[in-house]
Amino acid sequence: MTGNDFDDELKDALIPDAGPHAGPATHSSDMSVITSDKIAGVDPQAARAALADVPWEPGAKKPDPILVADHVVRRFGGLTAVDADHVEIQRGVITALIGPNGAGKTTFFNLLTNFDTPDEGTRVFDGHNIDKVPAHKIANYGMVRTFQLTKALSKMTVIENMKLGATGQKGESLWRSVLPFMWKNQEREIEARADALLDRFKLSHMRDEFAGTMSGGQRKLLEMARALMVEPSMVMLDEPMAGVNPALTQSLLGHVTGLRDAGMTVLFVEHDMDMVQEISDWVIVMAEGRIIAEGPPASIGQNQAVVDAYLGTHHHSALDLEAEL
Amino acid sequence: MDWGSIIESLFRGLIGESFIVFALAAIGLNLHFGYTGLLNFGQAVFMAAGAYGLAMMVATIGPAANRNFGWDLSESTLFWLGIFVGVVVFPVVFALIMGIPTLRLRADYLAIVTIAVAEIFRIVVRSPTPSIKKWTNSSDGLTGFSGTFYDMSPFSTQDRYLFNLFTGNQMFLVIVGWGVLAIGATICWLLIRSPWGRVLKAIREDEDAARSLGKNAYSYKMQALILGGVFGAVGGMIRAIGFSVAQPDNFITDVTFFVWVALILGGAGKVLAPIVGASLVYGLLNFSDTFLREGVAAEVIPESIMTGTQVGQVRFMLMGLGLALLAAFRPQGIFGNKEEMALDDR
Repeated sequence: MTGNDFDDELKDALIPDAGPHAGPATHSSDMSVITSDKIAGVDPQAARAALADVPWEPGAKKPDPILVADHVVRRFGGLTAVDADHVEIQRGVITALIGPNGAGKTTFFNLLTNFDTPDEGTRVFDGHNIDKVPAHKIANYGMVRTFQLTKALSKMTVIENMKLGATGQKGESLWRSVLPFMWKNQEREIEARADALLDRFKLSHMRDEFAGTMSGGQRKLLEMARALMVEPSMVMLDEPMAGVNPALTQSLLGHVTGLRDAGMTVLFVEHDMDMVQEISDWVIVMAEGRIIAEGPPASIGQNQAVVDAYLGTHHHSALDLEAEL
Repeated sequence: MDWGSIIESLFRGLIGESFIVFALAAIGLNLHFGYTGLLNFGQAVFMAAGAYGLAMMVATIGPAANRNFGWDLSESTLFWLGIFVGVVVFPVVFALIMGIPTLRLRADYLAIVTIAVAEIFRIVVRSPTPSIKKWTNSSDGLTGFSGTFYDMSPFSTQDRYLFNLFTGNQMFLVIVGWGVLAIGATICWLLIRSPWGRVLKAIREDEDAARSLGKNAYSYKMQALILGGVFGAVGGMIRAIGFSVAQPDNFITDVTFFVWVALILGGAGKVLAPIVGASLVYGLLNFSDTFLREGVAAEVIPESIMTGTQVGQVRFMLMGLGLALLAAFRPQGIFGNKEEMALDDR
């Protein structure tokens, strides 16, 4: 399978779904039109090209940000885990969030998805201020996340996992649930969409198996496919490569770039520098809770602040010591 | 030994009133624990809610309202009002009391609060303080609320029915109980195979995953807590009507644990589990009780092993032994799936 074939396939699968994107009941109707136009109309090439003019500095303004975080601070007791001055995530590209252990990446990630509440700061996603929005409503706005420790719902079958992802389900209301005729038609549509996605992610053979019987890599794929059932405009991946068998790596990378090429915005946290170099369009580096660098992947390796953060600020002080002796 | 009475006792346990009561309560607990993963150790308080909701409406609150507001509500009107209060109002209030502070927290907090609420309610209800006693009649409990129910019975009070198992009143209660149980089990089955039930299972497996997919986990947990409580209340109400008394010590913590035993024996998370589990628990309890009593009376079991007064304790020892064997050899219960149980999220 060549990359292009794959991308086309994924586009076929995703764009018709991304088009309607009527899910957000909380949207005002004009908002959802704008969102859906942008998803269908986002030109990933142009979005990437637009990054060329963005300065390589922390907090750089992007031409078309989908997510903006301002002065986001999170403290745990006396420890300030995150103190991010200003971050913008460009729409339609893949952004990587990297940093040494303990840099606050996952905490920041949780703050951006509202799975944790910041002590200070504002976050705006796609025109909505999400500061006071509960985590479960974020999905309705079109942002969906995955987890570092994959959360496949073990004792549910793969297809059940998938169907769960669909938003705006009539049968999820207690009153309507006991009247199957109220939701059967919608359920059939959801199932068809789920099956199409399982097919793309090559999980159809596991359809009726318990998700708990899958391998780590398959669970990652399932989690990603399930997230797409939400019909998101932005996908947040927390360490998508953690615990994945190397044989599945390429396929997973293909799926992530496929999301971008279908018009979605991707933000991922990752340790695997190969993945960062290979697929990201823009990299944000965190250290000690702060954003210390931004830029295209190639620029990051030469950035002195990044080298200091990974190797320690005083890695040359031994020389000074020798000189003094 | 009188095998006839042993067999009768066995069947009274398998299909009788206790089976119905505990099957309903266990259906509720199955919604809580089996499908949503809520640890409810206070199912007895929901049962008490059903019993006292009805009994207080008919015996104390209703008459007091008639006196004080000059109303003229008949006993049968109060009975139907009492059913509404016992099945809907009281369980919803208890579920909100338990759920609002704890459902946002980890599962263990709910467990502690449920057991506490159950005991607090029971102890308050049996309080001899006059201002409480005039509503609940302390440990003697409330009576005189089941007349309307038995007046509807088409069965003669003189005869026995179904191979001599039940008196006329018992027969009526049991038939109504089976009907309620059938409706309850059907509702539960419909709920569980709907998208609503799918969200419950997702919350049981991983709340954060459900939340990331746009499901309001808190709201679903509250709905499950209330609905399971309603099932428990229906069971408790049938228990009170069967005894014709609502008494605090019919809703002690042991009751909760019998409900758990019935559910675990059947296999949590399976629709038929609570029904078959409750039937077996009470069938075996009744059988062992009568069997041992007959054995002691006929001196088949010598007095050096046990006396007639020890039978009550011995049958619970046997139940404990049975549970230990179940845990060792079939931990998934009768309907459970061993492979499913072995799936671990790691």
